[in-house]
Amino acid sequence: MADVQIIGAGVAGLTVATELVARGTDVRLIDRASSPGAHACSWWAGGMLAPYCERESAEEPVLVHGLEAVDWWDKNAGGVTRNGSLVVALDRDQSDLRRFARRTSGFAEVDAELIGELEPDLAGRFRTGLFFKDEAHLSPRDALTALRDNLAAKGVAIETDPQDTATTIDCRGLAARDVIPDLRGVKGEMLIISCPDVTLSRPVRLLHPRIPLYIVPRGDGVYMLGATMIESSQRTRITARSMLEMLSAAYALHPAFGEAEILEIGVDARPAFADNLPRIRRQGNTVYANGLYRHGFLLAPALAAQVAEHVLTGATPEFFDADHR
Amino acid sequence: MKFYGTTLPNPLMLGTALYPSPAIMAEAFKASKAAVATVSLRREGSGGEGQAFWQIIKDLGTLILPNTAGCHTVKEAVTTAHMAREVFDTKWIKLEVIGHTDTLQPDVFALTEAAKVLTEDGFQVFPYCTEDLIVADKLLNAGCEVLMPWGAPIGSGLGLNNEHGLRSLRAHFPDVPLVVDAGIGLPSHAARAMELGFDAILLNTAVAKAGDPATMAKAMVMAAEAGQAAYTADPMEPRDMAAPSTPVIGKAFLT
Repeated sequence: MADVQIIGAGVAGLTVATELVARGTDVRLIDRASSPGAHACSWWAGGMLAPYCERESAEEPVLVHGLEAVDWWDKNAGGVTRNGSLVVALDRDQSDLRRFARRTSGFAEVDAELIGELEPDLAGRFRTGLFFKDEAHLSPRDALTALRDNLAAKGVAIETDPQDTATTIDCRGLAARDVIPDLRGVKGEMLIISCPDVTLSRPVRLLHPRIPLYIVPRGDGVYMLGATMIESSQRTRITARSMLEMLSAAYALHPAFGEAEILEIGVDARPAFADNLPRIRRQGNTVYANGLYRHGFLLAPALAAQVAEHVLTGATPEFFDADHR
Repeated sequence: MKFYGTTLPNPLMLGTALYPSPAIMAEAFKASKAAVATVSLRREGSGGEGQAFWQIIKDLGTLILPNTAGCHTVKEAVTTAHMAREVFDTKWIKLEVIGHTDTLQPDVFALTEAAKVLTEDGFQVFPYCTEDLIVADKLLNAGCEVLMPWGAPIGSGLGLNNEHGLRSLRAHFPDVPLVVDAGIGLPSHAARAMELGFDAILLNTAVAKAGDPATMAKAMVMAAEAGQAAYTADPMEPRDMAAPSTPVIGKAFLT
């Protein structure tokens, strides 16, 4: 009998399993599918490791733990591109850029010339921008699959039936609302497009008062466009408006995106608590790790390390939610 | 002044969109004790999927004023209003019919039509309108008992762009509750609106996008209350020459 079983093999479950296995724990990993896939919200993530940018609207822990995440993913999954990220705004939205700069750190202001040096295809399109040199990005699907493969190599394959174990770690994301009533869904819609006419070498954010967009290069002319943020747990339908807005924003970034081929439409709902920060809760022998919101890849490594330490030593983790013991 | 029979504990109506998190939104309401929470309904949530967020808003314990933000036609606005009445169990509806995407300027013609439809259907309509006197008159004829003219475009933070127009609206409709809705970026704008004799202010972005929403919300309600007190205190008239507050007789004032 394994010591610990982990229910859910999305970004939370896979990182928790990785951290426990690294500590020599015998774990079982349970999910309805044997591989990471479209049923997990993290499958649709942008894959930006952009803690400085996220700090614009996120709380301090997102920056602190997000900075550690870049190395964690590089070490445990590989495929991390450390090329920084670029934030731009159209001339009419310069006040949004100033505001973004006031709320963030870790950037250098760049003018049209420097923007052209960083991203030649954006030369002459924007007068000012912010360059966050220490940020990075990865391909979420490759990263999740790499974690799965590394675990399998250590004898932990994803199983479909829950077992009796001393400890259960519930990493089911939004599906755990049956036992975590204060979890809510925040719907996100995204597109994957192919546009070989445009070359971008790092994530680019286009600020806009209504439709902020980010675009993450996935290599070979493929890009991820994202993502909407809607207070809804609906996770199957994209609206025409969302698609229109994301594509218009991409078109404003570079008109050549008008020629892009739409490869995939992704919709899911992120699991979140009221402060949009993750929580670790414990009820008897079950530990709940949830609420990664839009920061799955940024915060999962820290969440996982805290869960592992808690399970093995009983330590009270930073993300522990004592009110819901 | 009563809003469809309800007296507000203070003149702040606060929006619930654009906050970094629902927890921060709740702090802003707690700090300001805002009288009314406005909330927009999106179709995406209509099947009950938006329930979690709506519950957070219900838990604020304030009066709730649902709105039809993002609607561009009479039909859309009417449908959204019906949805809002079901979700929040209130007759109140802030009626927004947008006529232009970039300025979010109200389409006052569709607005008047929608106001008529909704009033006949038992709604108590708070129309987001311009400061135009004729539009105001038509809205009152359509059954509205409150008017909510803009100060400046939604989310612009530009303050009161046409103070004369707002003042004139107050003078023409002394008995109609008036709310400056949209454009308020600073507490000084809020105070100014109340000094003109408005009965409340409605804002969202200025608080939600502030670095510290709770503190800004508190500042807004303090400023609005100060402006309201000043209006009721009948302020002095400004004058061009200095007016001494102590007698000048016996002093060499003719030098």
